[in-house]
Amino acid sequence: MARSKEPIWWSMFSAGGVIAAFLIPATLLITGFAPLAGYITAEQLHDLIDRSWLVKIYLFILIALPLFHWAHRFRFTVADLGLRGGAALQAILFYGAAIVGTICAAVILIRA
Amino acid sequence: MPRHQPATPAKQHIRPMPVGWWLKRTSYFLFMMRELTCVFVGGYALFLLMLVARIGEPDAFAALLEHPGSLVFHVLALPFVLYHTITWFNVTPKALVIYRGEEKVNPVIIAGANYVGWIVVSVALIWIAWIAIGSA
Amino acid sequence: MAASNTTTSNAVVTMDVFRYEPDASELPRMQRYTVPFREDWVVLDALNHIKDEIDGTLSFRWSCRMGVCGSCGMMVNGEPRLTCNSFLRDYYPNPIRVEPLSYFPVIRDLIINLDHFLDKLEEVKAWLIPAEDRELSEGEYRQSPAQLAQYKQFSMCINCMLCYAACPAYGHHSEFIGPAALALAQRYNMDSRDGASDERADVIFSEEGIWDCTFVGECARVCPKNVDPASAIQQAKVEATKDFFKSVLVPWGKRQQPAESR
Ligand code: SF4
Ligand code: FES
Repeated sequence: MARSKEPIWWSMFSAGGVIAAFLIPATLLITGFAPLAGYITAEQLHDLIDRSWLVKIYLFILIALPLFHWAHRFRFTVADLGLRGGAALQAILFYGAAIVGTICAAVILIRA
Repeated sequence: MPRHQPATPAKQHIRPMPVGWWLKRTSYFLFMMRELTCVFVGGYALFLLMLVARIGEPDAFAALLEHPGSLVFHVLALPFVLYHTITWFNVTPKALVIYRGEEKVNPVIIAGANYVGWIVVSVALIWIAWIAIGSA
Repeated sequence: MAASNTTTSNAVVTMDVFRYEPDASELPRMQRYTVPFREDWVVLDALNHIKDEIDGTLSFRWSCRMGVCGSCGMMVNGEPRLTCNSFLRDYYPNPIRVEPLSYFPVIRDLIINLDHFLDKLEEVKAWLIPAEDRELSEGEYRQSPAQLAQYKQFSMCINCMLCYAACPAYGHHSEFIGPAALALAQRYNMDSRDGASDERADVIFSEEGIWDCTFVGECARVCPKNVDPASAIQQAKVEATKDFFKSVLVPWGKRQQPAESR
């Protein structure tokens, strides 16, 4: 038996899990409920992101790591639901989506 | 590594894993809900990606933010992301075991530290957003 | 308590018992028995009553009747339990359903095939492999209470396999090394006298080792000895991740090869 390469994905999954646990609930309130309740307008939020590199880096982290968290956990959820066919293809699809999403986020935020 | 041949009897009965196994026990169901939180975690990342893709186009940005679909998504996602946070903190002490001499540090303290940190970070985030917008 | 006080006269309890008799039928069935209800009886007592008084063909394993041998594990109303530890009074007056441990192949009635589990214990080398060989005359291998505390919890395992019967990852994939064997591997890895973590790593850090685990956590909940295999596996995942990144970042820092296979 060989030592697995799973640590690559598991470490990203864990990092994403930590980031998601700490940051998503509050961020969700800012993007979802503050505009709804009138505490913030879409325009203000737009300018907040547009003006600050710090906010852009924050958003990059909040996009990239949770995507890997999703890819890894979803891969195992699908297996746990009993859909075990094409495991390699599934892995390529899910991790691939996370990689593409991360690259998109980087390109968009650098150019923005 | 070779597994030696088990002394399997001529006949044995194998019970297949039921497809709906996770519906058969509350703890299994909660486990599946915990795993499915990832759909909303990933979904929110995707939403943010769509949002930042509209930077520089304030109208499109506002249209996405105020779209009924995004509102529905936020309302659905909130309980799931909170469930992710809670379950994540509660199992952290299982992976992070700290010993002080012969004594294991109480898991409640480790999980509790996470909760305290979470509240501080969340309040800080909202406060910073508030200040930044106020000063704009 | 005097025995006479503990008997509720005429009260009975219904037992639905899983039967599989390969010589008679390919398919298992449930058989209903009615046994006397006694305050101080456990499910195993009721099964022994059936075997002695009602139906001698019923087969099951047991030995110590005191929760230490680990041989009497069965599903009681769908929960993996030591039957010598499960009182009838906790279920009475409802019927009690007794089945062989989930996810294992059944050989006969309540008896499962545990060969796979025994193989796995061997694969992970669940025994002490001393870091340094010593002559008997050199005295014992010493260990401090703090070093003992590191692994003591994992050493309490009685190999009852209840954790496997609670584990959907094992249910899906019987090659998964599984909770108890991984907890025992971790038990020896964390023992200051042991020197074989690197040998074990090839098995426990493989796909069929810790990486099949999705941390359902049920193993920890059903374990009668509070072993917490889920925690052992998570800790091993952290170790495996350190091991992996170390081997990527410092590939020249070769891991020691075991002198010869032991
Ligand atoms: S870890 Fe607990 S449940 Fe599993 S075999 Fe050992 S004692 Fe039994
Ligand atoms: S008979 Fe030994 S543990 Fe139950």
